[in-house]
Amino acid sequence: MTPTSRTLARGPVWPLFVAVAFAAVALTALVLIENQKLLGAALAITAAVCFCAARFGGVAATEVAASENPWLLRGLLTLASLAVIFVLRDDNFGLLMLATVLIYATICLGLTVQMGYAGLTNFAAAAFAGTGGYTAAMLGQQGGLPDALVLVCGGLVAVFIGSLLILPVLRTRGHYGALTTMAFGVMFNVFLDANDFFGGPQGLKLPGINLFGWDFTNDIHIFGLVLSSYVNYVILTGILTALAMIFVGLLDRSWVGVWFDVVRLDETAASVFGLKIAYWKVLAFTLGNFLAGLMGAVYAKMTGFIAPANFTFGDSLVMVSIVILGGIGNRWGVLPAALIVVLLPEKLQFIQEYRLIFYAVLVIAILTMRPDGLVARRVRKLHTEASA
Amino acid sequence: MTSLSNDVLLESRGLTVRFGGLFALNELNIDVRNGEVLGLIGPNGSGKTTFLNVISGVYSASAGKISLGGIDITREKAHNISSYGLSRTFQRSRLCLSLSVFDNIALGAQRTLNNGLWHNVVQRKAFAAEARKIAEEARELLGVFNTALPDKLFDPAISLGMIDRRRVEICRALIGKPKLVLLDEPSAGMTHDETDQVVDEILGIRKSLGGLTIIIVEHEMGLIERVTDRCVVLNYGKKICEGKFRDVAADPVVREAYLGQA
Ligand SMILES: Nc1ncnc2c1ncn2[C@@H]1O[C@H](COP(=O)(O)OP(=O)(O)OP(=O)(O)O)[C@@H](O)[C@H]1O
Ligand SMILES: [Mg+2]
Repeated sequence: MTPTSRTLARGPVWPLFVAVAFAAVALTALVLIENQKLLGAALAITAAVCFCAARFGGVAATEVAASENPWLLRGLLTLASLAVIFVLRDDNFGLLMLATVLIYATICLGLTVQMGYAGLTNFAAAAFAGTGGYTAAMLGQQGGLPDALVLVCGGLVAVFIGSLLILPVLRTRGHYGALTTMAFGVMFNVFLDANDFFGGPQGLKLPGINLFGWDFTNDIHIFGLVLSSYVNYVILTGILTALAMIFVGLLDRSWVGVWFDVVRLDETAASVFGLKIAYWKVLAFTLGNFLAGLMGAVYAKMTGFIAPANFTFGDSLVMVSIVILGGIGNRWGVLPAALIVVLLPEKLQFIQEYRLIFYAVLVIAILTMRPDGLVARRVRKLHTEASA
Repeated sequence: MTSLSNDVLLESRGLTVRFGGLFALNELNIDVRNGEVLGLIGPNGSGKTTFLNVISGVYSASAGKISLGGIDITREKAHNISSYGLSRTFQRSRLCLSLSVFDNIALGAQRTLNNGLWHNVVQRKAFAAEARKIAEEARELLGVFNTALPDKLFDPAISLGMIDRRRVEICRALIGKPKLVLLDEPSAGMTHDETDQVVDEILGIRKSLGGLTIIIVEHEMGLIERVTDRCVVLNYGKKICEGKFRDVAADPVVREAYLGQA
C-alpha cells in the first residue's frame, strides 16, 4: 500500500498517465452516450476497471505516483480537462451537467472540511448554497456590483447566516448539532416558499455571469473552433474546484488540518493541549459555508433561475452522501462520488422516478463493499514538509 | 534529587469535586514543590485521576482553590491551563490513533506553533521550517527511549504497541517544555520488565530536562519507590498520609486503607 521504506526507489510514473487518461475517457463517455444499453455497458466497464485497479494495486501505484509528482499530476489534469472540454464543446446539456458536477464537488469539499476534518455534521449544505444563490439574485436585481464580487458576496452571506447558527451547533453535542443544521435546512425552504420578497415558490430570474468584461453567454471562438457558451461555466467551475482542491489539500497538510483532526477525534486531549474547540469548529464551519455559498451563487447564475425547490433538504442529504460515498475526509473522493450521484440520475432515464431509492441503494451498496468510501482517507504524513 | 528548592509550584486548598452525592475529592490540601516528583497513590476510586483532571481543567472544582505558579487557575478553562506550563498523560491512552506519531506529538507543542491560516496555507516554507523543528525535537525526545521509535515518526499511532503508545504520550506531554507534568499510571498495561524500563526512561528524561516537576499516579509501588521524592496518599477523596514513600508505606492508616479496599 504505502512505500515500505523511505530509501526505496521512486515508483513508476506511468500509472498516473493511465489513470488520468482513463478518467477523462470514462467521463466523456458517460456524458456523451445517450443509448441506455451502451451507457449501461460503459458504466459496467468503468466499474470493473476501477475495481480491478483497486484490487491489483493500480490505485495505490497511482497514489504514489501522484504524491511524488504533484506538478505532473496538475499538468495532466489540466490537459485532460481541456481534452474533455474539446470533445464536449457543443454538447450544451453535457457541459451543463459537467459544471453541475463540479459545483456539487466543490460544495462537498467544503463539507469535507466541516465533517471530514472538524467532525461537524452539516445537513444544510444545500441551504447554504441557496443562500449564496439568492444573494446573487438579489444583488443582480440591484445591479452595479461586478459579478466577481457578487459571487464572493454569495459566500460571505452564507458565512454570515452560518454564524447565526453556530451557537446552537456548538452548544449541542453530537447528533443534536446535526439536528440544528437539519432544522435550518428545512426552514430555509419553508421561509423562501412563503416569502414573496424572494419570489416565493416561483423563484427568481437572474442574468448570467459577466466576469471582467467577458459575458458568459457568448460562445468562445478560438483556433477556428466554436465552443458553446456553457464552456465558460465549465472552465469557471473547473478553476474554482481546482483552487478549492489545492486550498483544502494544503489545509489538510498543515497544523490547521492536524488540529481539526484532533478536535474531531478527542476533544479532551485537544483542549488539554491548548486547542479551543469552539474556535476550530467555527473556522471549519466558516470555510465550508463560504465554499457552499460561493458555488451556490455560481449555480444560480449559470442556470439563470432559482427557486426554493433547487435547494431542498433532500439536496443537502445528497451532498452529505457524496462526502460519505467518496470517503469521508478524502478530498479526491468527492470527484467520482459527485459524478456518480449527480450524473447517473440525469442519464439513466429509468432511475429518474426513483431517484431517492437509487441513492439509498447506491450508498448501501458502495459502503457495503467499501466501508471507507470509494477513496479511503490516508494517514497524513508530513514527512515531505518536515524533511525538506 | 535532593537539591530541591522548597517553593510551591502547585497548591490546592479545600479542593472538592462532587459527582452528585459522591465526593470524589473532599477538601483536599496538596502542595507540589518546584522540581519534585510527587507520587499520588491510593486505592481504586480514591480520587487520584479526578485530582489530575481538575487541575488540568477537564473537570471543574465544586469548591476550593487551585493555584499554579502563584496564579489562581481554579476557574480557568482546560485550553488555557496548558499555557501556564502544565501538561499530562491519561490513564486510558488518549492518542489519536488514526494520526501519525508526528501529528500526535506536535499537538503537545501546539501553543508554540503558528496557527494562522495564511501561515499554514500560503507561507509553506515557514510552515515547513516549523514542521522540521518539531520533527527534530520529537526525534530527540523519542530517542531517550532507546528504541526504534524515532524511525516510526510518520507511522500511524495505531501501528504501535501499547508500551510505545505510552512513550509517545509522554513525549507529547514533554515537547511543549512544561513546568509541571501529570503522569496517570504510566505503567498501566505493561509487564514488569516494561515497567522497570519506563521508570528508567522517566528518570532519564527528568535528568535531561532539568528542573521538571512531576506528579505521578501509580499502582506499581516499586515504581513509586524508585522515582518519587514524596508521596501523598488518598482515600475516599481525602488525604490520609503524606511523606517519603518508605514512611508512608509503613503507616498503619495507609496499610488499613489498602487492606480495607481488598
Ligand atoms: N466523570 C465522573 N462522573 C461520575 N463519577 C466519577 C467521574 N469520574 C470519577 N468518578 C468517581 O469518582 C471517584 C474517584 O475516581 P477516580 O477516577 O479519580 O479514582 P482513581 O483514584 O483514579 O482510581 P483508579 O486507581 O481506579 O484509577 C470514583 O468513585 C469514580 O467512580
Ligand atoms: Mg485513575
